[in-house]
Amino acid sequence: MTLLGIVVVIIGFALRFNPLLVVVAAGIVTGLAGGLSMERILTIFGEAFVKNRYLPLFLLTLPVIGLLERNGLKEQALSIIGKIKAATTGRLLILYLFIREVAAAVGLTALGGHAQLVRPLIAPMAEAAAENKFGPLPENTRNKIKAFSASADNVGLFFGEDIFIAFGAVLLMKGFYEQHGIFLEPLQIALWGIPTAIAAFIIHGTRLFLLDRAIQREVQQALTGSPGAKELNNHAN
Amino acid sequence: MLISLDHIYYVLGALIAVVALLSFLDKNNPKRLLTGTFWGLYSIVFLFGTMISPVYMGVLVIAMAVIAGFGGVGTGRHEEATLEQRTAKARKLGNWLLMPALLIPAVTVFGTLGLKDFKLGGLQLLEKANLTLVSLGIACVLALVFAMLLTRDKGLQPVRESRRLFDAIGWAAVLPQMLATLGALFAAAGVGEVVAGLVSSAIPVDNRFMVVLAYGVGMALFTMVMGNAFAAFPVMAAGIGLPLIVQMHGGNAAIVASIGMLSGYCGTLMTPMAANFNIVPAALLDLPDKNGVIKAQVPTALILLTVNIFLMYFLVF
Repeated sequence: MTLLGIVVVIIGFALRFNPLLVVVAAGIVTGLAGGLSMERILTIFGEAFVKNRYLPLFLLTLPVIGLLERNGLKEQALSIIGKIKAATTGRLLILYLFIREVAAAVGLTALGGHAQLVRPLIAPMAEAAAENKFGPLPENTRNKIKAFSASADNVGLFFGEDIFIAFGAVLLMKGFYEQHGIFLEPLQIALWGIPTAIAAFIIHGTRLFLLDRAIQREVQQALTGSPGAKELNNHAN
Repeated sequence: MLISLDHIYYVLGALIAVVALLSFLDKNNPKRLLTGTFWGLYSIVFLFGTMISPVYMGVLVIAMAVIAGFGGVGTGRHEEATLEQRTAKARKLGNWLLMPALLIPAVTVFGTLGLKDFKLGGLQLLEKANLTLVSLGIACVLALVFAMLLTRDKGLQPVRESRRLFDAIGWAAVLPQMLATLGALFAAAGVGEVVAGLVSSAIPVDNRFMVVLAYGVGMALFTMVMGNAFAAFPVMAAGIGLPLIVQMHGGNAAIVASIGMLSGYCGTLMTPMAANFNIVPAALLDLPDKNGVIKAQVPTALILLTVNIFLMYFLVF
């Protein structure tokens, strides 16, 4: 019965209700199923919400980031990356993966992101790099490059941020153990994120490296698929 | 003690309060009253969180969820700098623009490591128990002052820019905190024990590898269901990590937490429930396949999950 809250979460998300509402509903259902009174449930909501006020402390960086954006932070970042002559899609995304992971590891999680950087900057640059090399791209290939651009942001962020001692997840883990009488320094937890961070970079970096070959293959297949190109191909044989 | 975490909360509360006020006044936001109320309620959490009785705070939290849940949090209109203005500024300021952003982690690390026992007039300068968070708060304030001097933008401009970003993030800013709250309710209702019971009956608990495997895969699966590793962690750690790996087999608690959480992140890469990482970017990038980003990530996630489980097995004991 106490697992009823999990069912609420699954159904709520599947029906695309607002996540905040789903979480609150799941909390109430779980509490009631666990035999707690409504008053007790409200108290836990209030207590836990106030106790976890440190999680949104990243909001304090927004005035700085907002001000810098207004003054051309993104444009400056573009000009820096533009000077690096990384010619291929794969290499460009590996570089972004690396920068994103290292920046997240020192707490700069706000530098990057899908809306701020991937859509306006990274994905177009990755597409342009492939076009420079292979000419016009098939639609599928173009979408694949976009999807991999988004993936580089996610993988870099996720496996970098846990190394930063002030990151929410690290503090959440510290808080969890404290409730159970085990006291850890954030640094102890953060350090053990490093092996996985290195593995994530190697694994996803390798896949991005192989992406260049996949793009080349797909472009060639598309060319041999069209009648004119087939003829060219026959002549070549 | 001169500067405590509460002071930092007041600064954040004040920032959100001004954002709420600007939202109220934004006639171009059709939902300005509800949007303003949402942020207004949120600022109360930081300004008066510990003074108000938890029961009423609970009601406040649910009110926020209801406002957001029925689409009450809208986006206002923002007077953004044009591309030409931004490019001109970037050319003028150059790499100096990166400095305030880099100042935040630099000051945070300096405060955490360097000011641990620093006293001013016999008083401890920074609250020791929350050294990193207090340092982070101070770093943000210093970086803001530096950024304002650098860009010569004055007055409310940083808050206006913050509201632009607050609007872009919307109710999602509150989600991590809400998920932590769900974790507390799961703990109070004994969900961890139920999961532990189910796991114990399903696997041989005296086999170290099987326990680590169940914990790692459980974190990934539960994260896929909840859409967030933060919500999965308290349940799986209370159910398997702490009682079975740490207490029964004597594993290292820090490693159990860290690699467990990162196994959860492998789940985040594979689920549409993690909407802002997987579904939102698919929409932002105009992908015809809503799951396109997930499909690009699944192989990485599965390989990395395997690596995590072996890392945990070899490092934790």
